[in-house]
Order: sequence, then structure tokens, then C-alpha cells
Amino acid sequence: MGLGNYLALPFAQHALLAGTLIAIICGVIGPFVIARQMAFAVHGAAELSFTGAAAGLVVAGNPIAGALMGSVVVAGLIGVLGEKPRERDSAIGVVLAAGLGLGVLLLSHYQGFASAATNILFGNIFGVSRGDLFLLVGLALVVLLAMMTIYRPLLFSSVDPELAKARGVPTRLLGILFLVLLAVTVTEAAQIVGTLLVLSLAITPAAAAQRIAAAPLAVTGVSIGIALVATDGGILLSLNGTTVPPTVFVTGLSFGLYVLARLIGPTLARRRRERLRVLRAAEV
Amino acid sequence: MSEMAIALDRLSAGYGGEDVIHDLSLQVGSGELIAVLGPNGSGKSTLLKVLLGLLKPTSGSALLWGDEPRVANRHVGYIPQHRDFDADLPIRGRELVELGISGMHYGIPWSKKATRVQVDRAIEQVGARGYADAPVGMLSGGEQQRLRIAQALIGNPNILLCDEPLLALDLKRQQEITGVINHFRTDHDTAVLFVTHEINPILPYVDRVLYLVNGRAAIGEPHEVLTTERLTDLYGIPVDVHDHNGRIMVIAGEEGTSGLTGHHHDHQHEERPWA
Repeated sequence: MGLGNYLALPFAQHALLAGTLIAIICGVIGPFVIARQMAFAVHGAAELSFTGAAAGLVVAGNPIAGALMGSVVVAGLIGVLGEKPRERDSAIGVVLAAGLGLGVLLLSHYQGFASAATNILFGNIFGVSRGDLFLLVGLALVVLLAMMTIYRPLLFSSVDPELAKARGVPTRLLGILFLVLLAVTVTEAAQIVGTLLVLSLAITPAAAAQRIAAAPLAVTGVSIGIALVATDGGILLSLNGTTVPPTVFVTGLSFGLYVLARLIGPTLARRRRERLRVLRAAEV
Repeated sequence: MSEMAIALDRLSAGYGGEDVIHDLSLQVGSGELIAVLGPNGSGKSTLLKVLLGLLKPTSGSALLWGDEPRVANRHVGYIPQHRDFDADLPIRGRELVELGISGMHYGIPWSKKATRVQVDRAIEQVGARGYADAPVGMLSGGEQQRLRIAQALIGNPNILLCDEPLLALDLKRQQEITGVINHFRTDHDTAVLFVTHEINPILPYVDRVLYLVNGRAAIGEPHEVLTTERLTDLYGIPVDVHDHNGRIMVIAGEEGTSGLTGHHHDHQHEERPWA
């Protein structure tokens, strides 16, 4: 069966629809994750969405709902435990280790298919049920709307928290809200690439975009673009007559684009520096 | 009597039940530039926190144009203590300045035409046009500081609070920055509180000095406050003030007369060779 035939099937269409929305929210969240130095929080939330997923699987046979609840609870915990990056990282380390152990315990009680556990760890967007897909799409829209609404105050509090506070931005509240949005995004991304590889969608596109663009909205735009190419491209490649899961293609594309950005980044930076030098000279 | 820009009446404030500011009274009129001096921990930043509405006084009152301090006060501009931006922060000077007027607004993050014009004007005002489109992480400390000032000035505040804006800048940049701030205050009749360790770059523009030491304060014109007698009384230990061709140096050490080049790293008795 070729790609065209697959594209006519609902499961492929649903995967592409969910993948597109998930890529967009990952692209939007990523630059803030980097600006707020929260890569480890992403990893922590992902690992713990594994625990949530295991709990959901054992209790109700529904890993996604469990993963969502798990990661949101953890986001709240991280937000309360540590506001400063240094405190936060140790808090995440502690919560992550404890939670992951619990996840292993839960999985040892699971009597179903072994593939369910693999799906949680490495993702399988094609294995997601119709009802769950609607949930994923709905939540992605909520995250997107919320991020659009808080974009400027969040940027302000990421760039200069002290000043933002003096200007009336509720920095702490925004920080916790962002963690929750991050947790939801991480759980969504985990459906595509798995909890272990979430960083390939939540960090890599933004890290690549940063090498290319300078203005915040431009960075966000490029980051979305890269996440889209990686996700939809990965899904399409995997549909194209292979048995290799999309995870492999998504992470591969995402990493490849990052390497590309690293290669052309220095040239762009040199050009910017050159222009800056000329303009500075003109000013004097 | 018309409303004062800043009116402190027996203000006390501090953290965790311990006041660092005691019974401070001060009135600042519009267009007045006050240098706030004193050793670390003497309450300079605490005073700014109160005026920004980030810290409640424990007693007494602080009023800005007759109103209690509050966050998000559009009349108040604030230049926070200088610290370098991360090299890879995804923001340019232009957006940094714009955050000064739209950073607290929710909603779709497109900037309006009128906002962009305002941003351009603020950038022009501090002479930062040449580098406003470069990522801030690529800029020098002095350039970043100019953009921070543009960010504080963009809302046309009539009260400006500066927390050590000259920190870590060389003498030439210090003079440029103080020049920009002074120019704005004369143009807009803005009252300025200028917290600083470096009195000399702003000395030509200073109307009065507020000198804080261990909860005590001296207020007056520079030549009244920055004297050996006044500061010795304030510190409670021998202090030397030298006028070196119009450049003032204050030396507060255990011996007090340790000489211009002496170095004391005693937290209790600080030495401040202002240069």
C-alpha cells in the first residue's frame, strides 16, 4: 500500500491533524523553555507523564488521561517547590526519581500487552484511539490560545522578571501557568515521540530557530516551522511503506534540521555582527 | 501647596520584621534629581522597592503625587540594576524597549503602528538606533543599559527610579548614560531618584543627595552632605571626604585616614573611593 492509499485512511488523517497541532504548540513553547532555562523541567514532566500513563493504564486502561494528570500534578509540584532555576532543578531531580520508580512499580502490575509500555516510552501516534485524538486536538487548541494570550507578559517575565513584577506582571502565577501548559504540551508530544524523546519536539526546534532568527516572534515562527516539518514529515515518511515507527523519523528530521541550523547559524550571526558594526560606526 | 512627586513621611521599611529604613522623611519635587548614596544594605534598593509598590512600609507613609505606591504605575519609570543579558536570549533591542509599554498587555502579540513609532522615538532618544535591531546578547553592557533606559522612558514617566544604572560601566559610558537621563528629566520635568555608588558622573546634575547609613539618613545639597563632619557623624566612625579637583572621594575605614589608595574589605566599615 502506498502513501496515497494511507492518506485516505482516517487513522493517518487523524495522526496528521493531531501531529500538526502538537508541532505548533511545541514550536510555541520551545523558545520560552530555553529563555527560562527549563529544559530539565521538560524532561522531568515527560518522565513523570510516564508514571501517570502507567497509572492510567493500570487503573483505567487509558494511558493518555493518566499521563495528562500526572504531568499537570508534577508541573504544580515543580512550580511550588522551586521558583529559581537552581532550586527548581534539584526539586525536579528529586520528584523525577521518586515518580519514575513508582511508574516501574505500576507497570509491573500491568497484565496487558507489552507494547502499551513501549508506546508510552517511545510514542505511537497511530495507536491513539479516536476519542483520545479529539482530546489531544482540543487540549492543543487550548494551549495555543493560552500561549497567544500570555505571550507578551510571559516574554517580559522571562527576559526581566524583576522589572516585569514592578510593571504589574504576575510573574509567579505566569510561571506556574506556563509549567502547566508545558506539562500538557509534553504529554501531547509524548504521543508522537514518546516520553523519552519529548525533547526532540519541545527543545530541538526552538534551539535550531534561535540560531536562525533574532526577534522573538520570528524565533517562534521558525521554531513552529521546524517542528511542523519534523512531525508531519516524520509521520508521512513512516506511512510511506515502512514498518519503522514515526518516532524515528520525527526525531531524525528534528535533529537534522538542528544540525543544519548550527551549520548556517554562524554565517547569519557573522552577517548580523557585520551589520551592527557598520551601523554603530554610522552612529558616531 | 502642589502635590510633591515623591513624599516620604517618617517612612520605615524592611524585610522579615527588620527595618533597614527608619523614619525617613523626604520630599522630591518635579524635575528634581536626587542621588541616593550609602554602603550596601543601607536601604537604597529597599526604598525603590517601596516606591515601586513591591514592598509595604512597616510604618510611616510614601506617596507619589499624593497616591500610595502601586505596581504598574504608569507615572513611574524604573531602571533595574544592570546585569548582562544571556548571550542567546531570543530578543532584540527593539522588542526589549517595547516591553516597557506593552509587556504587561495580554492578547495577540502583534504591535500596533503607533507603538512602533513610540518605540522608534524612545530608541532615538537614547541614541541606540544603530544597534536596536541586533540581538541584545550581542551588545555591550553600555548598549544594553541604554536600551534599558529607553524601555524605562518610553512611557514618559514623571518619576524615574534608577537602581545603580552605572554599575560595571566605564567612565565614558557612565557619563553618556547620566547625560541621557539628565536630558530626559530636564525635557519632561521628571523627578529622579538615582541610586548609585558613583557620585562623580552625576555630580554636575545632582540637586540633592540622600545619604543612607545603618538606618540613618542625611539629606541636602552635595556640598552640605558630602563633608567630613557630616559623614563622620552619619557613619559614627571617622570618615574622610576629599575634593580632588571637583571629584569627590569618600573614605570610610577603621582609621579613616587610610589614604586614597588604601583598600579595606571590611563589611562594617566600607571604603568608597568614588572615581
